[in-house]
Amino acid sequence: MSAANKRVRIRLTINGASRELEIEPRRLLVELLREDLDLTGTHIGCDTTYCGACTVLLNGRNVKSCTVFAVQADGGEITTVEGLEKDGKLDAVQEAFAECHGLQCGYCTPGFLMSTRALLSRVAHPTDAQIRKGIAGNTCRCTGYQNIFKAVRAAAGGAGK
Amino acid sequence: MADYHWPPADKRFLIGKSFTRLDGPAKSSGRAKYAYDINRPGMLYGRMVFSPHAHAKIKSIDTAAAEKMPGVRAVVVMFEPGKEVLWAGQEIVALAADTEDQARDAARAVKVDYEVLPHLVSDLTPEKAGAGRTSAGSEAKEGDPDAAMATADVKIEGTYGAGIITHCCLEAHGQVTEWEADKLTMWASSQNVTGIAGEMSKALSIPASNVRTITQYMGGGFGSKFGADPWGPACANLSKKAGRPVKMMLERDQELMEAGARPSIYAKVRLGAKKDGTLVAWDSESWGTSGPQGGGNPPIPYVMRAPNRRTKHTAVLTNTGPGRAWRAPNHPQSCVITMCALDDLAAAIPMDPLDFFLKNIEFTGERGKSYHEELLKAADMIDWKKKWRPRGTQDSGPVKRGLGLSIHTWGGGGHQSNATCTIHPDGSVEINIGSQDLGTGTRTIIALVAGETFGLPLSAITVNIGDSRYPASGASGGSTTVGGVSASTRRAATNALNELLAKVAPYLDAKPDDLEAAEGTVRVAQDPGRAMTWNQACAKLGATPIAAAGQRSLDLISSGVGGAQMAEVTVDTETGIVRIEEIVAVQDCGLVLNTKTAESQVFGALIMGVTYALYEEKLMDEQTGLCLNPDMEFYKLAGLADIGKFRVHMMTGPGYDERGVIGLGEPPVVSPGAAISNAVANAIGVRVPTIPITPAKVLAALEGASGTGRA
Repeated sequence: MSAANKRVRIRLTINGASRELEIEPRRLLVELLREDLDLTGTHIGCDTTYCGACTVLLNGRNVKSCTVFAVQADGGEITTVEGLEKDGKLDAVQEAFAECHGLQCGYCTPGFLMSTRALLSRVAHPTDAQIRKGIAGNTCRCTGYQNIFKAVRAAAGGAGK
Repeated sequence: MADYHWPPADKRFLIGKSFTRLDGPAKSSGRAKYAYDINRPGMLYGRMVFSPHAHAKIKSIDTAAAEKMPGVRAVVVMFEPGKEVLWAGQEIVALAADTEDQARDAARAVKVDYEVLPHLVSDLTPEKAGAGRTSAGSEAKEGDPDAAMATADVKIEGTYGAGIITHCCLEAHGQVTEWEADKLTMWASSQNVTGIAGEMSKALSIPASNVRTITQYMGGGFGSKFGADPWGPACANLSKKAGRPVKMMLERDQELMEAGARPSIYAKVRLGAKKDGTLVAWDSESWGTSGPQGGGNPPIPYVMRAPNRRTKHTAVLTNTGPGRAWRAPNHPQSCVITMCALDDLAAAIPMDPLDFFLKNIEFTGERGKSYHEELLKAADMIDWKKKWRPRGTQDSGPVKRGLGLSIHTWGGGGHQSNATCTIHPDGSVEINIGSQDLGTGTRTIIALVAGETFGLPLSAITVNIGDSRYPASGASGGSTTVGGVSASTRRAATNALNELLAKVAPYLDAKPDDLEAAEGTVRVAQDPGRAMTWNQACAKLGATPIAAAGQRSLDLISSGVGGAQMAEVTVDTETGIVRIEEIVAVQDCGLVLNTKTAESQVFGALIMGVTYALYEEKLMDEQTGLCLNPDMEFYKLAGLADIGKFRVHMMTGPGYDERGVIGLGEPPVVSPGAAISNAVANAIGVRVPTIPITPAKVLAALEGASGTGRA
């Protein structure tokens, strides 16, 4: 257990703010965000990189933070769902999911938002096929992807309905 | 006096319109706090040790080494040595440590000595399961099935069914517990905030008044989160021992192994009809497992009940995680068994299944007229008459297209619900109700009903729910929440309004009976010019708010709904892969309060339906007694690319609205399995007898059919 007790120092930029933290090397990024920084908008669903509820942006790319060690993100820039909102105003993606009912229980929603945000920064106006592929790594159990699809299209400036 | 009955169509202000859910921004901003998200100062992390054996006697439990592990603050033994564990995943010890990793390390250091016993984990037929492994379910007979069967021109026999699936809520079961002296607060992922408070008080032998349970948001329940479960009290005990708050959420493997299972049901069915399609007899022997306990009496034949019938059910007792109520308990499985058998009978006649169902609609009972309308509406939406072709008469080429249909029912009603309504002198309005919002839009509905009563927009109403400190209100299950909370809200709000009208009447030089609250004013109904704004009216209260209570009354709600669904699929006969092209869902549920949340519910039900029809199954290994797929990589849920196009139509207006409010959570999830299975049979010309319809089963069915020379 000696390796587990060793602690390392890392530096991250999280939602624009620089943070220095001392952590166990085995600490997962999702645990660091939720437990050390109380950024609980990033959720834990499956524990094994399948469901996508824990998706965040690492240097602009969407990653599943349950399978990223915090030390792997050292020096990186992280955006969580809490970082999408600017000056108290929801991001277009957040607005669209709320408005189009791209959520029911809402537990998977932050992950979908981050994947959508990543997709829209790569492709401003994705085709239906690009949307399907772009957020294929996120799973929802209760909404029906119908409305999620609408929300992504609305966020991209297309017809939401 | 304001009348609490639902207003007629021309008087509705908010009811029946489309409103965006109020909690959307909280959820899409990450501000919504689920039980899993609660972090308390000094909080520890709990972890459970669970049985790796499907059936074993526990000889001894040794926690000494674990207690000495770094960071460990408390250990609670949950299982008495000498007793038997009955499934792999059953919890034995709980412990709490400073970090989750430390708790995991310590869990590995707990030593449990097992005497492994023989197990059964496969849901075999009762004969194969053997003696001592079955429990008799219901047996019923109506009419004379043997004599009727003898008069049938067409008879078929088949085996149909559905395997075990799990609830697989994205937020695991679990809670955070915290003591303040002898008072407990528990943030739980629960469908039953009011109920689990009582359960916790009993389990911990503390007064119910010392327990507070809270569920502000929850990540799915689907019927699996009604109880405090063994881990609720265990977490509270860890917390007590350590003198610190403890968070203990299940990990995904344990979640899938024991925290939710929809029982399997299979049936051997014989049924017969006249040449003209008239159904004459049904005879079925069914079985299935919901784990170690017996029970489970499927409502077979489902909805369409042949006049002469015999049914017999036997539960198979297995060493798998116990069954829990899964959205519309027993209905989806019974629907598959019945609707697939009926579809095969129609094909054998041969007859278009739509005509066959319409011909026999009287056997659906008192809701026959609605089913008739719903089937015709669904047929129109999917263009059934143009697209449908007899089974097995597809074009050449490997990809076959097919259509299938199904009908379903559910009860509903409304759970017992109490509400209080406060009208403040500044015009603000609060509704307090203990019940929780599973994500279905309960908050929004409550605001809508209060807004309707006061002539105010939804945004003017503050809704406080999901806390056992608020008035006792039922569990969210069985499609009873909307009935319960809409009725209690309406009664409380009307009572409050009547107090306000009495107070304001002298200022408008009118009798309270002549006043109404509408369009943001309180006014004389027959002379709307004599009015004051809502805020002016409330200001007349001086310093004292109005606080009124209300209870769910049965004259505002109803139960018993129906629906019809039709699916169009394509099946690749070379790979066995089924693709959903389109599903149309036609549903009645009495008076629809908010069309947008109602449609969302149906969409959600359809996605769950596609998932259990095609992908998900809890796979058990008879050799080891273990679940083979306790993770979300191999326990498959549908993704965005899998679902095809969904269209929803709600039956509303005269004949439906006056029934009052009826819940919608369960009914639309019942039919997809059967409708999809029937569409697959229509496409490939042969029945895949059980769901999920995996590629392997499709290929096996095709091979079996060609082997025996059948079409």
